[in-house]
Amino acid sequence: MVATLHIDGAAYSVKEGQNLLQACLSLGFNLPYFCWHPAMHSVGACRQCAVKQFKDEKDTRGKIIMSCMTPATEGMRISIEDPEARAFRAGVIEALMVNHPHDCPVCDEGGECHLQDMTVMTGHVCRRARVRKRTHRNQDMGPFVNHEMNRCIACYRCVRYYRELAGGRDLDVFGWHHHVYFGRQVDGPLESEFSGNLVEVCPTGVFTDKTLKGHYARKWDLQTAPSVCVHCSLGCNTIPGERYGELRRVRNRFNEEVNGYFLCDRGRYGYEYENSDLRLRHPLRLGAEGPRPIPSAEAVSYVAGLLRNGGRVLGIGSPRASLEGNFALRALVGAGRFFIGWPERERALVTTALRLLREGAIRTPCLREVREADAALALGEDVSNTAPMLAFALRQCAMQRKIKVAAAFGIAPWDSDAVRLVGQDEKSPIFIATPCGTRLDDIATRLWRAAPEEIARLGFAVAKALDPDAPEVPDLSDEAKSSARDIAAALREAERPVVVSGTGAGSPAVLEAAGAVAAALRRLGRNVQLSLVLPECNSAGAALLGGGSLAGALSEVRKGQVDTLIILENDLYRRLNAEAADALLAGVKHLMVLDHLANATTARAEVALPCATFAESEGTLVSQEGRAQRFFAVHPARGEVRESWRWLREIGMAAGQSEMAAWQTTDDLIQTLSQEPGLSGVKEAAPGREFRAAGQKIPRQPHRYSGRTAMGADVSVHEPPPPEDRDSPLAFSMEGYQGQPPAALVPRYWAPGWNSDHALNKFQGEVGGAVRGGPAGVRLIEPAADAPARYAAEIPPPFQPAEGQWLVVALHHVFGSEELSAHTPGVAQLAPRPYLGLSPEDAQRCGVGEGDPVELAVGSSVQQLPARIIPGLPRGLLGLPAGLAGVKVVELPAGGRVRSVTGGPP
Amino acid sequence: MLTESEKEEIAEEVKRAGHARAACVDALRIVQRRRGWVCDEALREVAALVDMTPAELDSVATFYSLIYRKPVGRHVILLCDSVVCWVMGHETALEHLTRRLGITLGETTADGRFTILPTACLGACDRAPAMMVDEEIHGDLTPEKIDRILEQYR
Repeated sequence: MVATLHIDGAAYSVKEGQNLLQACLSLGFNLPYFCWHPAMHSVGACRQCAVKQFKDEKDTRGKIIMSCMTPATEGMRISIEDPEARAFRAGVIEALMVNHPHDCPVCDEGGECHLQDMTVMTGHVCRRARVRKRTHRNQDMGPFVNHEMNRCIACYRCVRYYRELAGGRDLDVFGWHHHVYFGRQVDGPLESEFSGNLVEVCPTGVFTDKTLKGHYARKWDLQTAPSVCVHCSLGCNTIPGERYGELRRVRNRFNEEVNGYFLCDRGRYGYEYENSDLRLRHPLRLGAEGPRPIPSAEAVSYVAGLLRNGGRVLGIGSPRASLEGNFALRALVGAGRFFIGWPERERALVTTALRLLREGAIRTPCLREVREADAALALGEDVSNTAPMLAFALRQCAMQRKIKVAAAFGIAPWDSDAVRLVGQDEKSPIFIATPCGTRLDDIATRLWRAAPEEIARLGFAVAKALDPDAPEVPDLSDEAKSSARDIAAALREAERPVVVSGTGAGSPAVLEAAGAVAAALRRLGRNVQLSLVLPECNSAGAALLGGGSLAGALSEVRKGQVDTLIILENDLYRRLNAEAADALLAGVKHLMVLDHLANATTARAEVALPCATFAESEGTLVSQEGRAQRFFAVHPARGEVRESWRWLREIGMAAGQSEMAAWQTTDDLIQTLSQEPGLSGVKEAAPGREFRAAGQKIPRQPHRYSGRTAMGADVSVHEPPPPEDRDSPLAFSMEGYQGQPPAALVPRYWAPGWNSDHALNKFQGEVGGAVRGGPAGVRLIEPAADAPARYAAEIPPPFQPAEGQWLVVALHHVFGSEELSAHTPGVAQLAPRPYLGLSPEDAQRCGVGEGDPVELAVGSSVQQLPARIIPGLPRGLLGLPAGLAGVKVVELPAGGRVRSVTGGPP
Repeated sequence: MLTESEKEEIAEEVKRAGHARAACVDALRIVQRRRGWVCDEALREVAALVDMTPAELDSVATFYSLIYRKPVGRHVILLCDSVVCWVMGHETALEHLTRRLGITLGETTADGRFTILPTACLGACDRAPAMMVDEEIHGDLTPEKIDRILEQYR
């Protein structure tokens, strides 16, 4: 419903029932606010957004109202410019500033501070208060968030965000009166994996980015570009910032359909691997004295020579490399000789997931749709560790029930406190079945802890309880039967149920079971969606490109069919156990590796080529949603570093593959790869290099970028020309179109008077809604409307713990399990030390206490680890941390044996 | 360490409230009644009993001015500073207390006998200025009367 709203005498159409603040901001008015946030809505605490409301045309006196707490109604008359309203707002900010230290010059928030913007907006320029300011002691909150309490204006946004949206329980507000203190009960790292958003949620400099502090630059001095997170499969949108050739920080890039206003800490803080000392900066050739740098041309001609002389070549791509890199490698070695560098089991899992989404009739939701779902079943996947922002979305899904309850009382969804008060403990039905406890357990209606097969069986039983035509699950326990009935009942009643699963449990049966639940709901005519988490940032892209697994590569090598092996952005020693990786690499005469960081695989390479990271190159990643998204270079690569595909192209051309010469730019390559089946949408992911806004390129540097002529003066006093970007419509320059580009090209948020992230308001069609200028990214996978909802034929037998035999499952960790972010100091600090998880019962039976050394044997792989006793882990299961440095690589789940090293029964 | 009787009393309160968190203020009072104040260790233990994190419970504890998170004297003087007491001589009373005891608001005497704290209203406006010592209200305060009252508390 549209209502006509009169603002200062002019009529505007707004959404009826929307709060006036959001309506005014959406219309483009500059109305100051603090406690309101588009994702957290209204509480009416700060009194900053006051406007005047008039009864009718004749009313000249009016009354002051809080715009964030007042719904827009038909014919309403308000004034923003009314002198009394202006004076009121100025008075509020003057009071808020009484205790503020005015330390902007030394504050990290300075220049992108909402408090600065709002203070200027209200015209408060002169301090009258002559009082002693209150001061606080700051806390150490861990490696990510810096705390400076004196700057606080007590808007309460931090605790509202942390408690209500992120589900954290260790940040709170203490004291009363003008002594309120926002912090932890004692010093220590913030426990929530979403703590970094405090940096953006805080309207001033209380919470700032601690990693940025380590290499600080003002917002206006950062070169930025639209990017996509590479640290899990969700593809959250980011804005990394660079200065002096180093990444300085990552901020959120708003994508209404994906991450919205927030990021997880792995995504926000994982970037520092880009600046790591492990970076390869020059081509290296392995000689008798170890690797030595060689000129690029020599490296290219050497490898080309290996290819040209009829050498049999094999390529191993990577699910963490871009589509472009993988495609270029495939083109170089030929489709039949190209293998995605993942173990056979991972390939089977990812292709199963993709098959469910591509061949089924069920849609995979974007994260916004998960946030808006009203019931959820998470089957087998610990999303809080494998895809944190999906866990965050499920937390918002849990809130939907409160919103619904409140709506029955006529309470608008934006009336945040009222919704919570009326909603009390109500939450949407959310069922979580995982091998081990998760950080989402607090929102679960019910929890199951079981082995992957048992979880799959529970899923199949739910499908059967929903649809009698679904296959029967044999030998089902009464408890599982009744659980399945309860889940089925809740999902059946939901309007927008979502089933979440993924490859994390390592079980295709779990994926099939999730598919079966969705299929059963679909057959009942429910509007169900299926979200499947994948292992890495481009797992979906790699699977769409096709290609065999490492098992295929190994068999080629064993047959003696390989002279030269080219490995793209892939450390095989993280995929295979050391013996298998050694065997594979030993079987080839020549090994060439392209990667960002030195690792066990590059150490074995005869030639290692330094390739550009996500921040130094342009490319496309396909998220678990099937969304192709383009990331753009934030800064030009230094030294000999270049895009993987450019290395491969040069080698190809030198080896006589003339068709590669046509790839002058990323666009040319994208044009070619878009002809692949299923990938035609890739070229639509973002505007191509020819795009111009008002005839100009989009500058990566803000118009206030400083030191441009001086920053290279230690090398040369002559200012070099800005590096040319042939690949994209963005420029490594401060010159160009300073207005709003299309959504996929937005390099930063800034608008006159809005220096903070809240400038985003000016980029959105409606504040809180989508960014103007088209979608950022393109969905490559949509369900076939007429596809029948089918069931998997095979249902696994029940899991029975056997004496002396354990099932080893992978336990994922948000910090430590992902390869690249683990090279970031803060992430490494928060990562767990290696361990082997045992249930309390099993630990007792084996005579093992917390921290005792135990020996784990899986097949021929034997390793010693300290025991960690995990309450809730089912008996008969052992938990081994996935991807953690110091833990031997084992394909999981797998049978294994454990014994106490200090003695005790086997 | 909470004593068994503290734990029992808190458990009863939790049972009575029906909702563990709802008993949090009473649980803090149970501890304070026995110890005079709530130390960090006790707070953490109480938090576990009322299903809250230490941060959540401390947020409640520090909000209430009558839950003491620092040690107080054997006797707590709550001196009313609401508008009626202020008009009727709150400042004179405070000055006198400060002179007599050598401490001001928020402080405890060296011998641990008294702590003076401000309070917003004691509901004794008809006898303003007023103060409360431990559980007892004293009104119509004058310097002489204050001296006599203080003598009652050792």
